[in-house]
Order: sequence, then C-alpha cells, then structure tokens
Amino acid sequence: MYDYRTGILDWKTAGLPVEGTSAQQPRLVDVVRRDVPTCSLGERLGDVRDRAAAAGWDACVVVSDGHVVLGLLRAAELRGDQDQLVDQAMRPGPSTYRPFVPVAELRGIMSDRHLESSPVTTSDGRLVGLVRRQDVGLP
Amino acid sequence: MARSIERDEVQRLMGQGAQIVDVLPAREYAEDHLPGAVNLPLRKIEAEALRVLDPSRPVVVYCADPG
Repeated sequence: MYDYRTGILDWKTAGLPVEGTSAQQPRLVDVVRRDVPTCSLGERLGDVRDRAAAAGWDACVVVSDGHVVLGLLRAAELRGDQDQLVDQAMRPGPSTYRPFVPVAELRGIMSDRHLESSPVTTSDGRLVGLVRRQDVGLP
Repeated sequence: MARSIERDEVQRLMGQGAQIVDVLPAREYAEDHLPGAVNLPLRKIEAEALRVLDPSRPVVVYCADPG
C-alpha cells in the first residue's frame, strides 16, 4: 500500500485533471497566462519595461532564482523612474492564487479589489503564470 | 505500513493499474477526486476494503493534504 501524503491539493496545484461535480467549472489552470515576462530584483526598471513591451505585456512578475514570486510590476509601476531598480519599484508580496481555484472565485476578488492582474503560484510560491482581468471575463 | 510517495509515483502507479482510494468524506469525494479513485472514508475503510479492493493490485490512498 502507498500513501500519497500531499493528497488531492498537491494534485490540483499541479493542474492535473480531477473528476467530480466541481471538476466541470473552469479553474485558473485553464486561463492562466504562462508566458508572462519575469524579472529579478536587481534589474533596471527601464530594461524590464522594454522587454515586457516587446513581448506585448504591460506587466511583469518579479521572481527569485528559484522562480518564487517576490513582487509584481503592473502598468503603473512600469511607468515609474526608468533608472530605478525593480526592488524599489515593485509591489512586494502580492496576493497569489493556486491553479485549482475556480475562475468565478478570482473574478469576484479581482472585481471587488479592482485588480489588473493576479499571479498564480504553486503551494510553495513558485510562479505558474499571471491572470489578467480579461482572462476571468472582466472589462 | 504504507509507503509515502510523491505525485510522479502516483501517476506511474496509476498507469500500471493501481487502485486509487480517496479516504475523505463522501461529500468531499463527490466534489472532486483523482481520476478513477474510489471512495472509502476512513471510518469505513477497515470494514469495506476487503470487499471493494482487489488484493492483487497496488493500492494508493490519499486525502486532502498532510496538514
């Protein structure tokens, strides 16, 4: 006999399929944008903004060497002093969400808090991607 | 004594036909469970396991998380 100790939460965090009545509703794993640009704390803001813009983004997620989310640069932050370093410009410690969270749940949160975007991470904080308002059906 | 395994081992065993057992209460099982898992809540597992499970195949049990 084997014991899958980390259980179904680990399974869902990895974005793996499940069965059951709640399995039909869309989850963040279905809409998350995995191509969001990333950057590190010591980078120059202007360089990050240029790189994000070239990739068609007005946001960038700040991550550690191990890809743990440290902060977020949304459009307003990216418009700041271009010679600033990322760690001075970013919004540190953003609220993050797991891949198995229903889209409807995050839509409510993003609407109530007027959020442009929300990072999706694994349970140990590693970046999966970014969800934007349009990804959850918000204007 | 059950051997603790990680997700990749679970997937490998599933591919080999292991029986996946969800020990959570029936209501939680109904909401979502691993593909192909059967529900044997902890309070029933001793009474039902021999009737429900095939002793010739590996068994993987799981719940929500270790917390």
